[in-house]
Amino acid sequence: MAGTSECRDEAQMIASILAGDKQLYHELIRPYERSVYMMALSCLKNEADAEDVAQEAFLKAFYHLASFRAEAKFSTWLIGIALNEARSRLRREGTLRMESIDDITEEGSHTTPALLRDWREVPSEALERKEVRQMLQNAITSLPAIYREVFQLRDVEGLNVVETAAALGISVGNVKVRLHRARMMLQKQLAPLLGKVNPKRRWLPWL
Amino acid sequence: MVIECKHVWDCISGYLDDTLSLAVRELVQQHLDHCEICSAILDSTRNILILTADDQVFELPVGFSKRLHARLDQELLPLDKSD
Repeated sequence: MAGTSECRDEAQMIASILAGDKQLYHELIRPYERSVYMMALSCLKNEADAEDVAQEAFLKAFYHLASFRAEAKFSTWLIGIALNEARSRLRREGTLRMESIDDITEEGSHTTPALLRDWREVPSEALERKEVRQMLQNAITSLPAIYREVFQLRDVEGLNVVETAAALGISVGNVKVRLHRARMMLQKQLAPLLGKVNPKRRWLPWL
Repeated sequence: MVIECKHVWDCISGYLDDTLSLAVRELVQQHLDHCEICSAILDSTRNILILTADDQVFELPVGFSKRLHARLDQELLPLDKSD
């Protein structure tokens, strides 16, 4: 997503939409469809609900476009709306677990990573295998919400720390702490599994 | 000054994002140069980040974009008519 907004004058697009060119809204949101959906999916863990919430978020953003302040980035404003929509759906359905309170108390503690003696690189081609994709999805999905949200925006969607902090309404310092913990949790869970994934014979130096 | 493994683990993210101060980065680098366990932790974390950032891991549902824009048209076009 990074870089998509630089070559477009989004402030001008928004002004035109507010002046009546509603069709331009389709173009305005196109680069952010994925991030908004992924944010919703990250919260709701269900594709159908995530799609529904993403649509609602884009509509809500349209209706509230006049309240968008130019000092913010449109993308982070949009993702913030999606996050709020997803959270209020969880609240309505009574499924917003109290996990965040438990998580915050452990925020300062250490995560011991998986200890290995060496690491054999797992190439991106391994992602062609469904079980590898599933393994990564499961590991990310099983992170506690406060870590999952930060990881999703920063490392999966590629927002920078300032944008991630703005979208989530938390400090840059919190983003860094949570991101580090998320990464260590994933390393701990995934490294032992991925280490077994792809030892192709042709990589062995004596073959 | 020599730092222990657990201190290096706390710096893995900063190392990968290149946000460590020069002095800390140097200490971490010295440790990594001789500690195969911390090097493997760093390499595996970096590898995991590359894999999880791949668009193949989480894909948009087929037809997502089409349905989204159809829904927007459905809701926004009547607004035009009523203007």
